[in-house]
Amino acid sequence: MNPQAAVEVELARVVREHAGRLAASLVSLIGDFTTAEDLVQDAVEAALEHWPREGIPSNPDGWLYTVARRRGLDVLRRNARYREKLALAAWPPQSPQDDRLRLIFTCCHPALPRTAQIALTLRVVCGLTTAQIAKAFLIPESTVAQRITRAKRKIADAGIPYRIPDADELGPRLAKVLTVVYLLFNEGYLSSGGERAESRDLAEDADFLATMLGTLMPTEPEVLGLLALIRLHRARAASRFTPSGEIIQLPDQDRTLWDHAAIGDATALIAKAAGFKRPGPYQLQAAILAVHAEARTFEETDWEQIFLLYTMLDGIAPSPVVKLHRAIALRYVSGAREALSEVDKLSDALHGYHLWHATRAELLRDLGSFDKARAADRRALRLTANPAEQSLLRQRINWA
Amino acid sequence: MSALKYVLMFVDTEQYAADLAAMDDAERERAYARVRQWFADNADKITSHAHLMPAHTATTVRLDGGEPVITDGPFVESKEVVSGFAEIDVADLDAALRMVKAWPACPVVEIRPTTG
Repeated sequence: MNPQAAVEVELARVVREHAGRLAASLVSLIGDFTTAEDLVQDAVEAALEHWPREGIPSNPDGWLYTVARRRGLDVLRRNARYREKLALAAWPPQSPQDDRLRLIFTCCHPALPRTAQIALTLRVVCGLTTAQIAKAFLIPESTVAQRITRAKRKIADAGIPYRIPDADELGPRLAKVLTVVYLLFNEGYLSSGGERAESRDLAEDADFLATMLGTLMPTEPEVLGLLALIRLHRARAASRFTPSGEIIQLPDQDRTLWDHAAIGDATALIAKAAGFKRPGPYQLQAAILAVHAEARTFEETDWEQIFLLYTMLDGIAPSPVVKLHRAIALRYVSGAREALSEVDKLSDALHGYHLWHATRAELLRDLGSFDKARAADRRALRLTANPAEQSLLRQRINWA
Repeated sequence: MSALKYVLMFVDTEQYAADLAAMDDAERERAYARVRQWFADNADKITSHAHLMPAHTATTVRLDGGEPVITDGPFVESKEVVSGFAEIDVADLDAALRMVKAWPACPVVEIRPTTG
């Protein structure tokens, strides 16, 4: 990592650690989400301007707070009520309780569109700037700014509350929050090794959010499941690509590169989650990854266990993609012929999905149908825009 | 916390109208009773409400083209038509959502805050 990138990573870490807390304190202090959010953004922008030149202060939270407060006293000149509250306030806040949960539930309220939930969460809870979000998602800055402005206006005008949902609402509302974190992770994780390597690492933000949720909601098994899922993926990150950015498939990955301590920690999280006896999609996906992670070699993989877990997952959250992965496990349990017959049943749902064609290609190759396999790989190639996947498919078409 | 005002717009679909028409008298009476019960359960939050006559009774006036133009029917031709309104006074959007999730009749409800 070059020195400039190292500084950016450190800045991101410090901002992430403090921006959400500051936002939560300011909302409870002045009682207005959108005003508080503006002040935090100002403070974060100031930090990104000053810190690289002057160094990160020894008390970054106090620094951010002082800027937000000074700026607040300035812009709130017309609103005496907010101004008085802000003038009397001191850092650290009087109530030390962590209000970031209320923050994230407001950002991920179902009355907001998904894209706005994602942008708001990144801004308010992780302290990303509009420019950083735009760069991470490869979309124009004006689009992000507009999403955030609209979402904040809706929160204020439609009366979206700033609080943790009541017990009877918590399940579905938490699921929305977890979806946002999971989408962020996918965006960051799947794009790694490509042109975004130097921009803000969303996988890091997702890990941070899941860790925060795990600390604040330690008895929610799906939170622990998602955290384990993210940790297990990241534990294998080092073995996923060649230095030039080519995909290395699971059977060929160097398992000594995996972070076995992290795998052990994640497995413990899964066990803890299982103790609550409320299985869910994230716990099951994490358990599947754990089975892979615990096999010392590809040949030692416990495919029967994986097949069983996919069957359970398809029972709880049925989807054609889950069925596709279940069929891939079946290949190692009962053979390619049975797997192919399961895969072919998914034709209607998945004929536009490159991995469906790529899976068919592998199974056809197993069964000796090389021409059909190449044709399936060619279909897959036309359906993916990911350069690393394209390169892998081209290799197979030419050599296998 | 200061209360907010919202208007709930109840929206009928063709399917819902057909389902209602297919009911016998006793079933329909039970459906109406569930609606009356919902209004009774939420009486403390509902400040006013109205049920509209069917869409074929609607008349639309367009004032954006010089002379007012009067046409038969609702302002937008759609399979979904507004069939009633209720104005409610609740703490926030979550309270409105909670009410609406228990609504026992037509399949779509739009929640809109009012100004001021």
